[in-house]
Amino acid sequence: MTAAEDAVVVDHVSKRFGPTVALADVSFSVERAERFGFIGPDGAGKTTLFRILTTLMTPDKGGARVLGRDVVSDLWALRARIGYMPGRFSLYPDLSVDENLRFFASVFGTTIEREYQQIAPIYRQLEPFRDRRSAALSGGMKQKLALCCALVHRPEILFLDEPTTGVDAVSRREFWDLLDTFKQSGMTILVSTPYMDEANRCDRVALIQGGRLLAIDTPQAIADSFDRPLFAVRAGDRYRVLKALREWPHTHSIYPFGETLHYADKRADASADQIASELRAFLSSHGFADAAVAATRPTVEDSFMARMGAPEGVPAG
Amino acid sequence: MTETSAAIVVRDLTRTFGGFTAVDRITFAVSTGEVFGFLGANGAGKTTAIRMLTGLLAPTSGQATIAGYDVYRQAEQIKRAIGYMSQRFSLYEDLTVRENITLYGGIYDLTDQQIQERTSRMLSQLGLDHAADQFVRAIPLGWRQKLAFSVALLHEPKIVFLDEPTSGVDPITRRQFWELIYEAAGRGTTALVTTHYLDEAEYCDRVSIMVAGRIAAIGTPGELKKEFNAASIDEIFVRLARPTAESEARQ
Repeated sequence: MTAAEDAVVVDHVSKRFGPTVALADVSFSVERAERFGFIGPDGAGKTTLFRILTTLMTPDKGGARVLGRDVVSDLWALRARIGYMPGRFSLYPDLSVDENLRFFASVFGTTIEREYQQIAPIYRQLEPFRDRRSAALSGGMKQKLALCCALVHRPEILFLDEPTTGVDAVSRREFWDLLDTFKQSGMTILVSTPYMDEANRCDRVALIQGGRLLAIDTPQAIADSFDRPLFAVRAGDRYRVLKALREWPHTHSIYPFGETLHYADKRADASADQIASELRAFLSSHGFADAAVAATRPTVEDSFMARMGAPEGVPAG
Repeated sequence: MTETSAAIVVRDLTRTFGGFTAVDRITFAVSTGEVFGFLGANGAGKTTAIRMLTGLLAPTSGQATIAGYDVYRQAEQIKRAIGYMSQRFSLYEDLTVRENITLYGGIYDLTDQQIQERTSRMLSQLGLDHAADQFVRAIPLGWRQKLAFSVALLHEPKIVFLDEPTSGVDPITRRQFWELIYEAAGRGTTALVTTHYLDEAEYCDRVSIMVAGRIAAIGTPGELKKEFNAASIDEIFVRLARPTAESEARQ
């Protein structure tokens, strides 16, 4: 391979399971040392994509290269160079922290001692519990142990499938902070998450839904691609305000967003000031005197919804 | 209990296990029709507190009434007055939509006629009429979540406990789900939401944050952000619940 080749190159990959389309003509590439996120709900195809890239599954159509090697024909050369942390906790629950780590090291022909430098930032946090059975660790510690096991053979690229699902907010943040410490090492990291707010911890993200990539860009560019003025509406009775605004002819979209409702207007020619003042007038004439309207910046989640078109379909009859 | 009384009233509620205090004199109240986020880090005592509030675990000391029933003497009445939905488990995947509804109706002692009426009302509200005889595992996750929520409300509970209700669903389905919660709240059903997903907490009317067995903060998301001078509940949570060796030892 040439030095310039991207760490991951995916070319028109499709995969079906019976009638279910898991991946539909997916193409993208990830640069070396990039942190690349896949953001999408359960069932979007994130896990299937990671299994293909880690040589555990083959695509029906299309092809993929990781570190310049073909994921199908060159899998043996590739496996020792990639680290994979699956979504489900996949360590041995009856083995201790140290036993699990030693096992994974030995599979790759190495030892904890030899790799200490590599795993030290994480291992130091696990060390107080080194003799504890992994089943008895908290969610956050389990995740750190799994990351440690995925790193112990010094992979050049790391695949983390929903590493922060099911752990509390403190552990989530710590986990992302840990990934920051690998930034200098030049390791390429592909990470998937259903949490839209984690997009901002990545250099670039792909939004994925129903096996299709909806967008690939920096988180900022994806948020900024929302192409209408957006307003946050605050009101005591947000559900009734939501219902009322659904009936307003100018409404393009109105939906709950945290404490507020997010409103976008249909009209292309109306200024933000005009929309805001008409919105205020509408709300006060409908008995929502307490409602406040303010322009707000779109987020990755707003863009995701705008690009989705429709949610998962109603099951076919 | 009168219409206007609080759905949940908790005073100095405590639970110890041997020498370890899992829940340490917590006090709070939730109004009827309120959507209340009950937050806490792993090991903060949240699960123990919820088990006491749902009549599954007797407190060591303190008082609590749930829908007007006393947690010490009326645990069975509490279980009938509440609904529960978990993201992890709520419906039987190998039963059809209709069979799941019938099963839960039976568990809550509804009459055949009530089950029939509520089944058809629920299916038409959810737009699932044509899927009534499909296996639950065959319907999309987002619809399963909405169905699970409706099933948790089948016996018309006063309070519904929701555990990570929208984690893993797409953002549009997620909002449809919150609309269902707001709608139920508007009809007077109180919702107590537990979640690790602090984005989700921002959708609640009020939230509390448990740290090391105690309630460290309580208020509307707006009030708390002002009080802590923070941009999000996530930021407040991380500040309050920074893990310590102690919190891991509590596991």
